[in-house]
Amino acid sequence: MNIVKDGASIGATSLAAGRAPAVELVGVAKTYPNGTRAVDPVDLAIGAGEFVTVLGPSGCGKSTLLRMIAGLAPPSVGRIRWWGEGFDAVGQPGRRLAMVFQEATLMPWSRVDRNVRLPLDLARADRAAADRAVTEALALVGLGQFAHHYPRELSGGMQMRASIARALVTRPDLLLMDEPFGALDEITRNRLDGEISDLWRRRSLTVAFVTHSIYEAVFLSTRVVVMSTRPGRIVREVAIDEPFPRTDAFRVTQSFAAHCRTLSEVLAAASGEGA
Amino acid sequence: MAANAVNPRFMRIAAPALVGIAMLLAWHALVTVFGVPKYLVPSPVDVAQTLVADWGLLSAALLVTLRITFFAFLCATVIGTLVAFAFVQSRLVEASFFPYAILLQVTPIVAIAPLIIIWVENIQVALVLCATIVAVFPIISNTTLGLRSVNRGLADLFRMNGATRLQTLVRLRIPSAAPYFFGGLRISSGLALIGAVVAEFVAGTGGHGAGLAYQILQAGFQLNIPRLFAALFLITVAGVLLYLAMVWLTRLALGHWHESELAGES
Repeated sequence: MNIVKDGASIGATSLAAGRAPAVELVGVAKTYPNGTRAVDPVDLAIGAGEFVTVLGPSGCGKSTLLRMIAGLAPPSVGRIRWWGEGFDAVGQPGRRLAMVFQEATLMPWSRVDRNVRLPLDLARADRAAADRAVTEALALVGLGQFAHHYPRELSGGMQMRASIARALVTRPDLLLMDEPFGALDEITRNRLDGEISDLWRRRSLTVAFVTHSIYEAVFLSTRVVVMSTRPGRIVREVAIDEPFPRTDAFRVTQSFAAHCRTLSEVLAAASGEGA
Repeated sequence: MAANAVNPRFMRIAAPALVGIAMLLAWHALVTVFGVPKYLVPSPVDVAQTLVADWGLLSAALLVTLRITFFAFLCATVIGTLVAFAFVQSRLVEASFFPYAILLQVTPIVAIAPLIIIWVENIQVALVLCATIVAVFPIISNTTLGLRSVNRGLADLFRMNGATRLQTLVRLRIPSAAPYFFGGLRISSGLALIGAVVAEFVAGTGGHGAGLAYQILQAGFQLNIPRLFAALFLITVAGVLLYLAMVWLTRLALGHWHESELAGES
């Protein structure tokens, strides 16, 4: 009797507390046809509501990892499940993935609002609903005034904001960001980091973020996954247990510095092994 | 006033015009001073007079040549675009047929024009066909390149959002290809005119449907050099106007976004 009861209660607990993670990678590896090992077997789960950053040097396969999570590149081995389901389920309504790329990748021939609207147009969304969603997304990133501008008329930072608005317009359940601010100056980058952190909290987003900046990783993340190069693999996961909201004041705290030191030591040790 | 403070509009229009006027004056002066006879080198004034005097004949011939040019350009655009779309559907198709497209390009039209004129009964159709062969290649190669020159990030974005093949074609590939396509049009429009003139030369058709090339041939035989120059002048003007029309069309289509059309802005 007791045993059965315990078993039942364990089952109930795991169902209630541990909803299926947003994305779960089991033994996922990527080898290119020419034999290059881009990513060695990786296990990683990103839970709903987390802000997970993949941190590593250039060429460690972090972008490849993100592309596999996005469904843009199939893993050579291993399995990826989104919300506990196979890839066919990703297109389901309300279970959306969105990605922000290294560059703004806006269509130069379309105005900002048409660019932001693209995912809705492709999904043949209702016109009025799409109009509202675009207006809201543009307001969210502070580009409301620039809806009718062409991308070339915007600064690099504003183009990136338009790109973020385009990702948010479908209200994605998992937002993937591949070094989105890498091409921007540090001041703009810090400001956008602040904005994205704010958006993540306000919209209860789930974010997988790729960067090579230790500071960016510490500032943004609930958890940092450190990767090392040749072949790309996960060497350590570091939780950043600091309260939100995080403002610029957080950047000059002792705990911020301590986290940065930890991460750079992990990175140094990992590259020492790899060399 | 400093030399670099010259108005850019003046630079674009007045400067080449001044060069042209200077050259015409020099030409006229040389011909007059050395007493060169009209049947060797006519002066610009002679050419202008002939242009007016023979306007009926020359303008009719110009219309014939322009009609052939227009239809050849139209055919080249339609065929070239369709071929490019076929090429980008599969690498196999492109690999199989592209060498033959090059063959079309490198074969001198003068060499195959006689054959085409023999095979195709209607001479006008034969001339259009010849000019089309000359003009089609830039459209094929440029449009193919353009349809393949899609930003990778945007292509990924379309895939992630479950875009259909048609959506990707209409919303991504065609806009991406547009600047290349219009570049092809510029080259092709000039080639269509050249093709039309060359084909007319080979055909040597006179009579009712005679084009400018025939007028040049005839004028040469008759040592009517002023008329030869006048016909030549009309061909040149037609070519320049065609080119300008393409520039205008490109600006109309791409002016609002493409870099090539935004050079003047900062």
